Amino acid sequence: MRTDQRRLAIVLLCTIFAVIPAAAQEKPHYGGELVFTVPSEMPSYDGHREQTFGLIHPIAPHYNTLLRVDPNDPTGTKPVGDLAESWTVSPDGLTYTFQIRKGVKFHDGSDMSSRDIKASYDKIIFPPAGVASVRKATYEVVESVEAPDPYTVRFKLKWPSGAFLQSLASPWNFIYSADILAKDMHWYETHIMGTGPFLFVEHVKGSHWVGKRNPNYWDKGKPYLDGYRALFIRAHAAQVAAVRGERAHIQFRSFTPADKETLTAALGDKIKFQECSWDCVLLVAINHTKKPFDDKRVRRALSLALDRYEASKTLSKIAIVKDVAGIQVPGTPFATPPEELQKLAGYWPDIEKSRAEARRLLKEAGVPEGFSFTFKNRGTPMPYEPMAIWLIDQWRKIGLNVKQEVVEPAAYYGVLRKPDAFDVAMDFQCGYIVEPDLDIYKFISNDKNPDNYGYYTDRVLDALYEKQSRATNVDERKKILREFERRVLDEEAHYIMTLQWHRIIPESSKVHGWQITPSHYLNNQLDTVWLSESGG
Amino acid sequence: MPLTKYIIKRFLLMIPTLIGVAVLIFLLLRVVPGDIVDVRFVSQGQFAPQEVLQIERAKLGLDKPVWQQFTSWMWGLAHLDFGVSMWTGSPITEEIKLRFALSLQLAVMATVVATVLAIPLGVIAALKQDTWVDYAVRVFSIAGLAMPSFWLGIVLILVLLIFFHWLPPMVFTPFWVDPWENLAQLIWPALAVGYRYSAVATRMTRSAMLEVLREDYIRTARAKGLWLRLILVRHALKNAMLPVVTVIGLEFAFLLGGLVVTEQVFNLNGLGMLFVEAISHRDYTLTQALVLLVASVFILVNFLTDVAYAWLDPRIRYR
Amino acid sequence: MSAVPQQSELFDDASTERRFSFVRKFVERQTLGALGAAAILVMVVAAAAAPLLAPYDPLAIDFAAMLTPPGAAHWLGTDAFGRDVFSRIIYGSRTALEVGLGASLLGATIGAVIGVASAYFGGRIDFVVQWFMDILLSFPLIVLALAVVAILGTGAGNVVLAIAVPMIPRCARVTRSSALAIREMPYIDAARAGGFSHARIILRHMLPNVMAPYLIMLTAFLGQAILLEASLSFLGLGVQEPTAAWGLMLSGAAVDFAEKAPWMAIFPGLAISLAVFAFNLFGDSLRDALDPKLKTL
Repeated sequence: MRTDQRRLAIVLLCTIFAVIPAAAQEKPHYGGELVFTVPSEMPSYDGHREQTFGLIHPIAPHYNTLLRVDPNDPTGTKPVGDLAESWTVSPDGLTYTFQIRKGVKFHDGSDMSSRDIKASYDKIIFPPAGVASVRKATYEVVESVEAPDPYTVRFKLKWPSGAFLQSLASPWNFIYSADILAKDMHWYETHIMGTGPFLFVEHVKGSHWVGKRNPNYWDKGKPYLDGYRALFIRAHAAQVAAVRGERAHIQFRSFTPADKETLTAALGDKIKFQECSWDCVLLVAINHTKKPFDDKRVRRALSLALDRYEASKTLSKIAIVKDVAGIQVPGTPFATPPEELQKLAGYWPDIEKSRAEARRLLKEAGVPEGFSFTFKNRGTPMPYEPMAIWLIDQWRKIGLNVKQEVVEPAAYYGVLRKPDAFDVAMDFQCGYIVEPDLDIYKFISNDKNPDNYGYYTDRVLDALYEKQSRATNVDERKKILREFERRVLDEEAHYIMTLQWHRIIPESSKVHGWQITPSHYLNNQLDTVWLSESGG
Repeated sequence: MPLTKYIIKRFLLMIPTLIGVAVLIFLLLRVVPGDIVDVRFVSQGQFAPQEVLQIERAKLGLDKPVWQQFTSWMWGLAHLDFGVSMWTGSPITEEIKLRFALSLQLAVMATVVATVLAIPLGVIAALKQDTWVDYAVRVFSIAGLAMPSFWLGIVLILVLLIFFHWLPPMVFTPFWVDPWENLAQLIWPALAVGYRYSAVATRMTRSAMLEVLREDYIRTARAKGLWLRLILVRHALKNAMLPVVTVIGLEFAFLLGGLVVTEQVFNLNGLGMLFVEAISHRDYTLTQALVLLVASVFILVNFLTDVAYAWLDPRIRYR
Repeated sequence: MSAVPQQSELFDDASTERRFSFVRKFVERQTLGALGAAAILVMVVAAAAAPLLAPYDPLAIDFAAMLTPPGAAHWLGTDAFGRDVFSRIIYGSRTALEVGLGASLLGATIGAVIGVASAYFGGRIDFVVQWFMDILLSFPLIVLALAVVAILGTGAGNVVLAIAVPMIPRCARVTRSSALAIREMPYIDAARAGGFSHARIILRHMLPNVMAPYLIMLTAFLGQAILLEASLSFLGLGVQEPTAAWGLMLSGAAVDFAEKAPWMAIFPGLAISLAVFAFNLFGDSLRDALDPKLKTL
């Protein structure tokens, strides 16, 4: 019952802000070429080793994965079968058995069977020497992958994991041909050959990528499009100009609120927008090894100074941020209820009270008025720059004199990895699926997770993480997550969350069938998308 | 010294300069923090295990000692083998070829615009020195130097969008495929860039013309009559052209790889953009190759102009 | 002392009278240059008296007033954070002058010293120095600047260095040609014979005589430096927020809101153009007055 209510709330949260007259949903039309812009170009074609959306957007349509996130679900949390038809989980939670679809063919005509899935996952989980697999660590729980018969795949786990299905729905785990991998493990870095709804046509570096309809796609009746074209356009203004000049239909990452105003004013009902809370957030990493930031009173003060609610109203007009959130994307199953959120430090409804408390804590901790420190930020304009300007301004209001030092993106994480190289710095996290195991992993002790740039050890927090991961009951899990959140954001103030990013996708009114989700890595196979002749 | 000896001497001097450029860019890149493996696997914030990083470094040859990397690169260069891009793995000649056509065409078009503006304006300003015409030309040309090129680009695109509801094409079409699409895209940056470069050339034309016009034989001829003056203007122009051509040539060399910001504003897939990407990716091989390319063009143009000057003025050969 | 080159007369302490009349003649003959000089003066005054002239704190965020068009309360409007554009432009002149002046002074001075020393020593030293200068010259300006910023990081100090470095070889080349002429002067040999050290001869006897090309390069570089700072800031590699700097004001939100709030982009762009314009006009006229034969590139 409560899940349905939540579903309704989520659907309302991720709604199409349509400016077109309320036309009834038509039947999908066949035909047309979808043109979209991509701000980043991929270094290689292998999804198992790259991390950029610049790979996903143009290449995902050529492949299928074992499971995928339901493209029609606005919360982006439900795994459904892609190449898997159905699956069963053993009672002890250690064996996952998948039934594979029959009659799926690779683009070169060869048949897809379970050995292809085993070979692909072996490459991801147990890469041979010389092969890079960036997500190997996510699958430490897997003991082995078996293909007992041509249409069954079995995963044996070392311990039960509640989030295993979600991890299999990763959009990066393209299923490759076992025969090709056997001959050359690096072949897929420079070639495309999958089972997906679109065939590869051409890639002109620095310019564009073209795909065309796969006539033998296993999902009969799909895809609807004749093909698609991805234009590599780096400069943001140029992308907006492309959509505005109707040379591109859509962009799958996000546009800014300013762009939305510009495009609406220019195109009227020829453009519509889908908006959603984004599974990305900027965090403030506070280096616990540096004084005075080892004192939790100072850390709490840093969070108490921030008027998140006002920023939510104002920053959302100029930057891709909006919602005030805890450790999970608002509107998703484990998100923090507003009453709970308001109890956390920095989320109090009365900002004056909050800042008075912050000043008191600073005084108690012996931090003088006008205390100065350097805030390191990553050299990416949106939303790092406006967020830093806001943070510095807010900290000024409790008597802190903060200077910003911007580090080039290429060198940025190199700086964060040296605990003596910064005091307070901007950190970020982006997930491909909203799932606490993946989203809050960041906060556990630094000796377990080297990605924790707070450089602290907190065994209580670690224990809470394990507990929530193994919780079998949803309500129990929620309770543990609230405890976890309280400890990391309020009691210890280990990390400071700023505002949740906000995704704004511009869509020509000719585009239909694409559903926004909180992740810009999801729903890019384009098999559900269709174009109408004219707007509507 | 005879001309041929001078040419040989100057030609040989090009080589140590090129080598110097190669060494400098090689060292500069190694000093810059972060390498390509960091960018690829670490810069997104996600954790990648050390073994992955080490495998990748070994694959790219980055684990070898620096002097060894340098010698193997230089050895490759000696065989005209520029290697592969560290980021994409494709041969560098391919990566550059793709963008070269666009950058070359833009450089040529901008130079044409600059020349068409500069020479007539410079000549007129020189002939009418210290009159309002002269002032107007000087103001016009300095304005070109003063405006930030990217600002001019933004304003241009805005004007096109707001007043003409039209946007230049976003994808490059080679001239022989579709000349109209091609020109429709490149004319705007060519104008923005050309205007800026015409400033330098206009000033050079003007001052060169002024100098030639002061020469005695010109003054004598001027005293003789109007129609003679016209002929002599042409003569004066010919003699004044050398420094002008020099300036235009040198600017052209920099147009090939130096239009970083313009290419960003107009979204051009040119060498400037490639260069910025290469540096931010810490793609050593590609950056080195690009710098060498631009430097070679520049050094070559320098060489040619030096030879031209030496041919005209033998005293220079003894400098 | 034997015949001293004419240019140094202008800088002889005893001839204040001559300097004053020079200025007067300059204004009469080179009106454009004088206008440029006047504009520069305005800029300097604005920078110096910024706290007095600016109606608002350039860093003060006021979300209630974000993106207001020019009007009574905010003469040039506000930006995306509600900061007053006019105040930021006034304080921006400080950054422009600091970076511009700092970079061009550094670059021109180091370049002049190198150029003169190279001409003075001649022979192999000259050859090697010229070779190194040629190498630096072969790099496009922005390439060197990007490399320096990548190595040293962003921020005002490093930007000054990043802009100064490409300027050094250009100034060195020009001053070297002037210095070569002076080196042949008999009084230089006399000074050597008199036992003066190299450094003293270079600094006290030769440098003052390349003042003309030095000043001209300096003013030319100032304009270039301001432009280069704007480009670097536009690329995100220059001065950082929340500092008020003209180039910085042109990037980011200014581009995003260019249509809705064009004043954000127009005024800083105008400020840059006018400043560079003024420096170029002044520099040109200075060259015309001091040494019309000098062709600067």
